[in-house]
Amino acid sequence: MYPLFFFVFATAAVGFAINLLVQRHPIHSALSLIGVMASLASLYLMLGAEFIAAVQVIVYAGAIMVLFVFVIMLLNAGEEERTDRSRLAKYLGMPLFLVFLVTLATILSRQFSPNSMVQFGDFPGHTADIGRRLFQNFLLPFEVVSILILIAIVGAVVLARKETY
Amino acid sequence: MVPLSYYLILSAILFGLGTAGFLFKRNIVTIFMSVELMLNAVNLTFVALSYHFRQLDGQIFVFFVMVVAAAEAAVGLAIIIAVFRNRGSLNVDQMDLMKF
Amino acid sequence: MSLPILIFTLAKIVVILLVLLTVVAYAVWFERKLVARIQSRWGPTRVGPHGLLQPLADAIKLLTKEDITPSGVFGLVYLLAPALSLITALLAFSVIPFGPVTEVGGVDLFQIADLDIGLLFILSISSMGVYGIVLAGWSSNSKYSLLGGLRSSAQMISYELAAGLSLVGVLLLSGSLNLREIVNAQTGVWGIIPRWNVFPQFIGFFCFLTAAIAETNRLPFDLPEAETELVAGYHTEYSSMKFAMFFMAEYTNMLTVSCLATLLFFGGWHGPTFGPAVLQAILPLFWFSLKVLCFLFLYVWIRGTLPRFRYDQLMAFGWKVLVPVALGNLVLTSFIVALWSA
Repeated sequence: MYPLFFFVFATAAVGFAINLLVQRHPIHSALSLIGVMASLASLYLMLGAEFIAAVQVIVYAGAIMVLFVFVIMLLNAGEEERTDRSRLAKYLGMPLFLVFLVTLATILSRQFSPNSMVQFGDFPGHTADIGRRLFQNFLLPFEVVSILILIAIVGAVVLARKETY
Repeated sequence: MVPLSYYLILSAILFGLGTAGFLFKRNIVTIFMSVELMLNAVNLTFVALSYHFRQLDGQIFVFFVMVVAAAEAAVGLAIIIAVFRNRGSLNVDQMDLMKF
Repeated sequence: MSLPILIFTLAKIVVILLVLLTVVAYAVWFERKLVARIQSRWGPTRVGPHGLLQPLADAIKLLTKEDITPSGVFGLVYLLAPALSLITALLAFSVIPFGPVTEVGGVDLFQIADLDIGLLFILSISSMGVYGIVLAGWSSNSKYSLLGGLRSSAQMISYELAAGLSLVGVLLLSGSLNLREIVNAQTGVWGIIPRWNVFPQFIGFFCFLTAAIAETNRLPFDLPEAETELVAGYHTEYSSMKFAMFFMAEYTNMLTVSCLATLLFFGGWHGPTFGPAVLQAILPLFWFSLKVLCFLFLYVWIRGTLPRFRYDQLMAFGWKVLVPVALGNLVLTSFIVALWSA
């Protein structure tokens, strides 16, 4: 059961990611990215990270991507133009990418020998534990990040405002 | 059951695709989305290794990555809107001047 | 999972889905009837006694209407949008408990799935629901639809924040994200008033209610479909069953919000139980339905009473009033909870 689910969601994630690259209209790319994020949320669930899966959908797919879609719709800039600048990248890119992947795959599968298997319910990351750890061990980063968010809000408002003065 | 390395390989594939998108795409919004894809791939590594070591720290790090990604998206999209207002285009090839 | 339990679970899902769709159909009837009475009209009266068969007639009408696809739409997205919006609306019901744990043959009758992160699940599903509307608006290739979709996305992001913040107070009091545990934390009484979260959390409750009305695109916040200015907003170009799917999604969302408000703030199925064992088993369900009905009534009442906001008023209200108030409520609640436990 577990491998089946894994391969379904992994294939979906990779398929959507490829679609992101192939599509020419930014909205279609954004939809593909939402698909990737939903597949990843399912994979997080399979890794026992309930809270992260929910936050992935709420924050990434539900807030950040809505912002992207909003901006794409607002600007309504249409399809992107293709530019073929680098012939080297065109012909050498894909083979090099595959070589890189195969190398990485062999190294990773050697590093993590078959004794580290993933299965359901082996490591349930309860939300309460995450909260406790977040507010005890990681309190300072949490506060710093909240200030970062505040700065980002102010920055976004200043940048996107029409200059009327 | 699935070996942990499968998750890491999947993450590597997604990261590679994100990098490819970052390099090949010409629409600045899509380039930005490729960056988000790379961040997502890294998050998958964090969660997988958090499982491997049976520690929650990886998941907490993912939480922080998401928060920073949200901040980054807000500012980045604001910049994109400002640029579009000045240039009337989203093509990165046309954004080659520091001041217009 | 053994085969009988699997079959029984599937049967349960089908039954809950059928009941849900029927309730949605009659919520439309209820709204038409009530709005008519508020406006000194009769509402539907022709089909069946008190127009009770009107939903059926509407369903037949919508099914047999011609399905028009305007030229210039973005094919796949145009098709997907209504389905997406209905599916996300229905999915939220998979974690809502309707009554106390009542196991028959190892299967809990009144809830499809008891998730530890039930509340987060509902929030995440409802945050995905916006895509149905936004994509419908964008793919229809019409300026009214596009405006509706744009408004909807901005409105959803703004009010989701307030809704989420106003729920954190409840989470602080009950200490769990599991909907069943949140309800069980509201058992008992303080003197004569029941231990419902609405009494300590009334600020949070009003923030949640306002934000939820905005999130379900209902009056007075129905800017995405404001018919006097945008024709019908995001579903202008949709007809027949595709339109009906948006319609059903909207009413299902209303129902979800009513259930959520009941579970989180009004003690869910808790209420006085008495009499023989059969009555005691049915009464919680009755209390739950009654509370949900009260919220539906409130929805329609607000629709019949308040005029629509202007768009800038809507955004200003969301960001400058609702979010600060919800934040203040959160700070106050956490302060009191900390003092209480210290």
